[in-house]
Amino acid sequence: MGIFLDGIWQAFYLLVTLDPEVLRITLLSLQISGSATLISMLLGISSGAAVALAEFPGKRVVISLINTGMGLPPVVVGLFVTMFLWRNGPFGFLEILYTPVAMVIAQAVIAVPIVTGITIAAMQNLPPNLRLQILSLGATRIQMVWILMKEARLPLLAAVMAGFGGVISEVGASIMVGGNIKGFTRVLTTATVMETGKGNFELAIALGIILLLLAFLITGVLTIIQQREKRR
Amino acid sequence: MTGPVTPLIELSGVTVHRGGVRVLDVSSLAVAAGETLGLVGPNGSGKTSLLLTLATLLGTTTGTISFRGAPVATRRDRLAYRRRCAFVFQEPLLFSGSVADNVASGLRMRGMGRAEIARRVDETLHRLRIDHLRGRAAQKLSGGEAQRTSLARAFATAPDLIFLDEPFSSLDANARESLVADLAGTLRETGATAVIITHDAQEALALTDRIAVMERGRIVADGPADDMFNNPVSEFMASFAGMETVLVGRVASTRGGAAVVDVSGHAIETAVAAEHGSAVALCIRPENVSLSVGPARAGARSSVRNSFPARVVDVYRKGVFFKVRLDCGFPLVSHVTADSLERLRLAPGRQVAASFKATAVHVIRK
Amino acid sequence: MDCNRKITAFLIVAMALLAGSWGASPAAAQKVKSVILATTTSTQDTGLLDVLIPIFEKKTGFMVKTIAVGSGQAMAMGRKGEADVLLVHSPDDEKAFMKAGFGARRRLVMHNDFIIVGPAADPAKIKGTKKSADALKKIAKSESLFVSRGDNSGTHAKEKNLWKAAAVKAEGQKWYQQTGLGMGQTLAVAAEKKGYTLADRGTYLALKKKLGLDILVEGDAKLLNIYHVIELIGKNFPKVNVAGGTAFADFMVAKETQKIIKTFGVEKFGSPLFFPDAGKRVESLGK
Repeated sequence: MGIFLDGIWQAFYLLVTLDPEVLRITLLSLQISGSATLISMLLGISSGAAVALAEFPGKRVVISLINTGMGLPPVVVGLFVTMFLWRNGPFGFLEILYTPVAMVIAQAVIAVPIVTGITIAAMQNLPPNLRLQILSLGATRIQMVWILMKEARLPLLAAVMAGFGGVISEVGASIMVGGNIKGFTRVLTTATVMETGKGNFELAIALGIILLLLAFLITGVLTIIQQREKRR
Repeated sequence: MTGPVTPLIELSGVTVHRGGVRVLDVSSLAVAAGETLGLVGPNGSGKTSLLLTLATLLGTTTGTISFRGAPVATRRDRLAYRRRCAFVFQEPLLFSGSVADNVASGLRMRGMGRAEIARRVDETLHRLRIDHLRGRAAQKLSGGEAQRTSLARAFATAPDLIFLDEPFSSLDANARESLVADLAGTLRETGATAVIITHDAQEALALTDRIAVMERGRIVADGPADDMFNNPVSEFMASFAGMETVLVGRVASTRGGAAVVDVSGHAIETAVAAEHGSAVALCIRPENVSLSVGPARAGARSSVRNSFPARVVDVYRKGVFFKVRLDCGFPLVSHVTADSLERLRLAPGRQVAASFKATAVHVIRK
Repeated sequence: MDCNRKITAFLIVAMALLAGSWGASPAAAQKVKSVILATTTSTQDTGLLDVLIPIFEKKTGFMVKTIAVGSGQAMAMGRKGEADVLLVHSPDDEKAFMKAGFGARRRLVMHNDFIIVGPAADPAKIKGTKKSADALKKIAKSESLFVSRGDNSGTHAKEKNLWKAAAVKAEGQKWYQQTGLGMGQTLAVAAEKKGYTLADRGTYLALKKKLGLDILVEGDAKLLNIYHVIELIGKNFPKVNVAGGTAFADFMVAKETQKIIKTFGVEKFGSPLFFPDAGKRVESLGK
């Protein structure tokens, strides 16, 4: 309990004094996970909408694969991305292993199925005739998809939040493909793991608390948008 | 509107299969410009499939759809055709945003200018008497308001053709009545052609010029609305037209050129000729069945009057009438006034005499 | 519709911020040639590298990517050419590594020593035992809890050697538990469970205050923890940054660096965490 209180105190102290190292780690976390979320949003929402709206054989199999993908263990993703990005791996020529770019890729791989899966559920939850109603108004295919997405925007926002929550808190893949390099690929989660390993539990707890605050802040903003919408 | 004039829309040889089952099989159907066609039929008879097919919202297995004589075949054709049509579903299916946003949605899809959109939205809101709802959030309207908005959204694009799938069935009686009247007025004023699915005889009478009856995916009867109501050619249409008693029997003999039909061992006299031994359905309007106390006197006073001893099964109110269900060895329904109810002391179990004229029996040859 | 505008605005702002941050981030420094240093967690956990690497980077212009893993994994990376230089402390494995022809040069950098720590109550009565092998035998005999790293690190390798020397088959015994964790966490587990463990002195000193574990055995020549820097052979893997690896290895044994190593930790812990050994012979250590 003492350690926990010390941790809270230290988190407070680090935040108030704008500790440059903590600030840098926090911003990097935000930057990497934000980029990964953005990518997963673009890929996940478009592919989720495509899967939800298209009729094709094996659709159920595809959906259940995506749903399985929603629970991809980050460590496994990290392992695969690392193997692909090794100098002597298929994408070694990119020379991006142990860089923030590699972390964005790994996190996007984790988040895309999450966003896709929730998008599919959101689109399938719309009234079944809504699609026909939109087409009957003379919509082109693109106009139809756009309107459906607008109608599903609240659950889609939830999809993005889930994706962000999944990657900002993820550590296994980040530490594997990023390497936890000080000032370069060290983010809140990897720093927390390292400080725990060192036995600096107060600092680890402090970093954990900062991570929680960050996640709370971002999803809080999105939730406020979502809920204000709902009341209208 | 008939004859050599090209119909506004025409189906030919259309079949639709879903999950290996044929749900629609319409060899031909044409709707003339300005006409209002009602589609009636039991649940699952393919009415909605036909309506969606007409609106090119359902993939067909075979057949063609033509609009103003030209086939609607390619995706481009369908888009152009859909932009001449509108569809109103049973549920309002409004988009988020205001009522005005909803009414404008079809116009926006067509890339119309702001000023023109504003003008058309104003006009349509006014026509459907929902000017006051303009700025309201569409998701917070009452059922009647929402369906009015849905209709306004459909009419805003000035469609040549409008499809309505039981648009009023989820509304209460008041909202329905005023909306039916406004829809009838709007159809008349705009001259739009309409195809409407309805389960309500009043609605059908108020709105349609012509009625097509569907059963098991086919059109089994098609004709002017008045004919269909007065001389229904199918059992479904008969009950739709208010003939609550439908009895199936066989022609047992002929008396004076008119058929006498055996229904579960009881002879019912009719006023029309029918082939001896053929199967027929007898349809009787409840208002044509009169009740009295005392013994039944079949054929005593008039050779064209059917009279049977009957036991009252139950009685319940239906509008200004009371509906009395009777058991005469075959089921029979009668409508009586409150006055008669009291005078005859009608209650379940009471023995009465039920009688109806032979001319009140509508015969459908099967 | 203005709700959509709000969401769109939020997205645009988020995208702009992200794009801006990438422009200004250290990722932009990617043009600098980097050196991948595969090393053990103990060098990172003590903070030594945090002191040395900025100096190296400033001096040479290389950017060092420190991947802190166990010695075993560090050498595995070396075998695959996924690292440019290794800083490890698992001499037997290192010799095998050199023998297999993966390394170009292996130079002694520094040492500190391992210690056997445990609860003050010392149930196996090993305090003051001179030989590590005797201490381990006593632990085995009394079946007192021993917490092992079990993570294939240099420390783990050392520990396995010590058990071998003591002729005790510890693995699989009920009193022998493997954490699979780093040194700091393993120490914490040992403290929590009141068990014995083998630790490097640096990590122990850094955490001493929080642990409540005492040094029970120290000073045995077998307990030396020796760090070597290994350069890789470039011709095996054309992508290996040989120049960078060599520069780092040279840096580690350079006089100024050795001086920093000598004083590192004195201020904080009262005694140095590492002893610089560049140029010495392994056999001369600890004497």
